[in-house]
Amino acid sequence: MVSAVFHSPRDAALIPETKADAKPTRTAAYAGAAHPAPAKLPRDPFDWRGLGGRVFPPLAGMALLIGIWGLLTANSTTFPTPLATFDAAWKLFANPFYRNGPNDQGIGWNVLYSLERVGLGFGLAALVGIPLGFVIGRFALLNRMVSPLVSLLKPVSPLAWLPIGLLVFKSANPAAIWTIFICSIWPMVINTAVGVQKVPEDYLNVARVLKLSEWKIATRILLPSVMPYLLTGVRLSVGTAWLVIVAAEMLTGGVGIGFWVWDEWNNLNVAHIIVAIFVIGIVGLLLEWALLAVARRFDYS
Amino acid sequence: MPINTTPALNTKRTLQIEDVGMVFPTKRGPFVALRDINLEVQRGEFVTLIGHSGCGKSTLLNLVAGLTTPTSGLLLLEERELKGPGPDRGVVFQNHSLLPWLSCHDNVLLAVERVFGEDENNQRLRNRTVAALELVGMGHAAAKRPHEISGGMKQRVGIARALAMEPKMLLMDEPFGALDALTRARLQDELMKIVATTGATVMMVTHDVDEAVLLSDRIVMMTNGPAATIGEVLRVDLPRPRDRVALAENRSYVQYRKEVIDFLYTRHSHVEKAA
Repeated sequence: MVSAVFHSPRDAALIPETKADAKPTRTAAYAGAAHPAPAKLPRDPFDWRGLGGRVFPPLAGMALLIGIWGLLTANSTTFPTPLATFDAAWKLFANPFYRNGPNDQGIGWNVLYSLERVGLGFGLAALVGIPLGFVIGRFALLNRMVSPLVSLLKPVSPLAWLPIGLLVFKSANPAAIWTIFICSIWPMVINTAVGVQKVPEDYLNVARVLKLSEWKIATRILLPSVMPYLLTGVRLSVGTAWLVIVAAEMLTGGVGIGFWVWDEWNNLNVAHIIVAIFVIGIVGLLLEWALLAVARRFDYS
Repeated sequence: MPINTTPALNTKRTLQIEDVGMVFPTKRGPFVALRDINLEVQRGEFVTLIGHSGCGKSTLLNLVAGLTTPTSGLLLLEERELKGPGPDRGVVFQNHSLLPWLSCHDNVLLAVERVFGEDENNQRLRNRTVAALELVGMGHAAAKRPHEISGGMKQRVGIARALAMEPKMLLMDEPFGALDALTRARLQDELMKIVATTGATVMMVTHDVDEAVLLSDRIVMMTNGPAATIGEVLRVDLPRPRDRVALAENRSYVQYRKEVIDFLYTRHSHVEKAA
């Protein structure tokens, strides 16, 4: 899961951060007792302790993983060692954008193609899902009509949708985009609808007292109020989309990181598969970070 | 019911509440919140509703605001039956209810646009907004978001929003209930000034006896719920402008205060329901 990958290092980083912050405060209290009102505490030129506390644990975790991996593969002939993997990665990233025909392209191209599919599928899902969530949240009748369907379709595995896509679109690429679309639409529909239902009664009373038009209610009250929920939905959706694309591309082929993993498996190039796993994780992480940064801008509390 | 006399005699009448009752359906059967409410409010009058918690005073205000519909009886605003909420009644909510994503200016402008947007250009709408904010002494904070200003200031902006619509009535639901005593006193003084300059008709819910006596022309005292109704109406004939310091020793002020306290604590003392 993208979110799981994302949260653990950050949470780990958060705990030492608070510890590091607690330290100067305590010194401040002591200093305050000694001198009645020191205008500013003399601070260290650089907070090495804080930095160490923030950087060291994640690095240690990573080192532990690589250490165990190294130990387990030291005598293996089939599974690459960390060093061999690093070597393979070095060669791959030396030239990520080469093109030797349709089935042999650089890893950069593969990632970009996957991102394009995710962008298209997810973008279409947002275009449909967010307005749908709005009307479901706003009108109880629609909610009762649609929510059983949502509950029914939401748990369906992404790959079950792929044959439908292939059947309808008769082509691999739109089928993959369709799969992304249908899997990433649900979190946006549900979160937007929940957000609309949770708009504080006070704000709706303001709308009622002012007798605002439905358009004004939507743009001035519902949308800003729902934004945090909506962005959570978007984040979940992008996470799902990125999960699904790898699986979908393994089945549909073409150019893309999922296809690339399968291709390297057929070549028995396990080092490349491990590199791909890291690349997929890092891209997912970056997507999540970007959306978190957007979400922070819409926090009104 | 008395038959309406000639309309000329009634021109000062802003609000009429006739035989209003309110029954809420609950799981344990119907709950009678209000019954037999009869009240008239004249133009320019300041009326407070006072009573213990749960006596339905906020319910009554919500009925006038149009946020709820009475199950029986009739509400008339300037001889027209009230059907739902509308900008002809400016509501000041207890918790200010400013939209956190809009600046103070834009919060007020939202209301101004709704009422005057069709007839006036943007410049005039903005002028109205600025004038309303300056009326409540908040001109300096127009660009600030609600979370950047204090509770008292938020309530001022809430009042500005209600007043900017030039409503026929100002409805206030315990507007100063959440404020500290000093801020509350200052806002009460300013409200009196604003009402004096604008001639606004006000209906205000409160549970503060001093606030009721200080501000009101009439105090509507409500009996305890369920099935609450108007117990007594006390006319407060204190000259305006009223000064809280001078009033503290004023004989009739003390007498009015005593009458309200007597009603609330001796004759209708609140009995907490056993759970």
